[in-house]
Amino acid sequence: MNKKTRKDFPIFKNHKTLAYLDNASTTQTPKVVIDQVSEHYKKNRANIHRGIYQLSEETSSEYENVRKKVADFIGAEKNEIIFTSGATHSSNMAIRSIEESFGIKAGDEIVLSHMEHHSTVIPLQELAKRKKCKLKYVHPTDTSSISKKTKIVAAVLASNVTGEINNLSKIISKAREVGALSIVDGAQAVGHIEVNVKKLGADLFFFSGHKMCGPTGVGVLYGKRELLDGLKPSVFGGGAVSEVGDMGAVFLEVPQKFEAGTPPIAQVVGLGAAIDYLQNIGIEAIHAHIKDLHKYTIEKLSSIDRIKLFTSEENNSGIISFNIDGIHPHDIAEILSRNNVAVRAGHHCAMPFMKELGIKGSVRISLYIYNTKKDIDKCIEAIKDVKKIFNI
Amino acid sequence: MIGFKEELYKENILEHYKHPQNKGALDPCDFTEKGVNPSCGDVLTLCVVVKDGKIENISFDGEGCAISIAGASMLTEFAKEKTVKKLQKMEESAMFDMLGVSISPGREKCALLAYGALQKIVKSN
Repeated sequence: MNKKTRKDFPIFKNHKTLAYLDNASTTQTPKVVIDQVSEHYKKNRANIHRGIYQLSEETSSEYENVRKKVADFIGAEKNEIIFTSGATHSSNMAIRSIEESFGIKAGDEIVLSHMEHHSTVIPLQELAKRKKCKLKYVHPTDTSSISKKTKIVAAVLASNVTGEINNLSKIISKAREVGALSIVDGAQAVGHIEVNVKKLGADLFFFSGHKMCGPTGVGVLYGKRELLDGLKPSVFGGGAVSEVGDMGAVFLEVPQKFEAGTPPIAQVVGLGAAIDYLQNIGIEAIHAHIKDLHKYTIEKLSSIDRIKLFTSEENNSGIISFNIDGIHPHDIAEILSRNNVAVRAGHHCAMPFMKELGIKGSVRISLYIYNTKKDIDKCIEAIKDVKKIFNI
Repeated sequence: MIGFKEELYKENILEHYKHPQNKGALDPCDFTEKGVNPSCGDVLTLCVVVKDGKIENISFDGEGCAISIAGASMLTEFAKEKTVKKLQKMEESAMFDMLGVSISPGREKCALLAYGALQKIVKSN
């Protein structure tokens, strides 16, 4: 990996000295993915499942082949994979569908981990407001709040703030025991660690394509087949129905009933190429590289005075948040940016987790396959520059 | 390192950040208004005492980055003894001029955090 891998990404030809350390936000795109999307537009562009002509049929099978590829990638069945526009769309859709299908009522409880991203927190808050449910925030391994009153349990597989990979086995089996549905956010995990949804056992699982070298505008919602069969769709339109009368429609089977409208076809095709690209390198090799670099980053950062790290040494997806006493995260990120180091600063769309950590925000370094020790060294030098400017 | 960074973190910005003027809540005060920066979650609260159409006293409270704190510090200094009418006419560009450094689009919200809160107060008066 490293130097050779970096060459696979055209962005670095245009930004030769960029240390891109904001991968938890979005990763860069390898040439093979860009080419695949471009080829699709040039050779296979047509709508899917619609036209009785060869081009449409070819495009439909290209699209459906990616469904199979995604399913194999996360250990699911083909028809358990729903394409969405991204992780946020996936979670909103899943939560609204549960509300419509499972008679969530006043007094029901929703348990969510305090590490959740806003894409999970807010749809659940809105659901709780509509149905007068109680929200309970817990540590992702804490099962003590899950009871017969619990209807939904939501947890994140890897935190987008600290990178911690949570062991969710207890919380998921407790949810099953009490008859609650479990939803897992895998946005920071897929493409970083081996994910097998059957082993994980969650009822619903979602992730984005653009955080694993795929194009923006595509995400995945996985659901157990028997659950999806009984789940009502929450987004309606063409392509998802077999028959429409004046007063109602007959919906298609899963997964089509959840994919109303023209899906992000080109992006799905690109996601397929991204999975091929990552599998070619190997998820184990990817994780090993990130783990190595994560350890190196912790070592280097720890030597800086007045710094506080928020990460885990083990079981990490490659994210380190930090603060320097006396300097605001935005100021740190600004000076880093002026040294061509791209990091994220702020609350990382996880304000409840910030509150739990007792901070307003942090600077976040997030690593991926093309990052090198050189990127980290550059970042460390820039942090020294920050301290010099602020005389701290 | 790249030269233009010094342009943002000039001595006076850092001085206002480290030793902000008019910091702390005023009690009693006539008007309070929060300025919220959604990208980082920073909240500054402005407190204003108005007498005879003039800002008699003004302060801010909260945490923020060097740009937002320096901006609030400078703005509260500037606004004291000014008439509400005059402040109503104060434009965003005057805030940037006051900071005296080039502000990138990503930091405009920081620079205008206290300004936005003050404008809400004076425009509701």
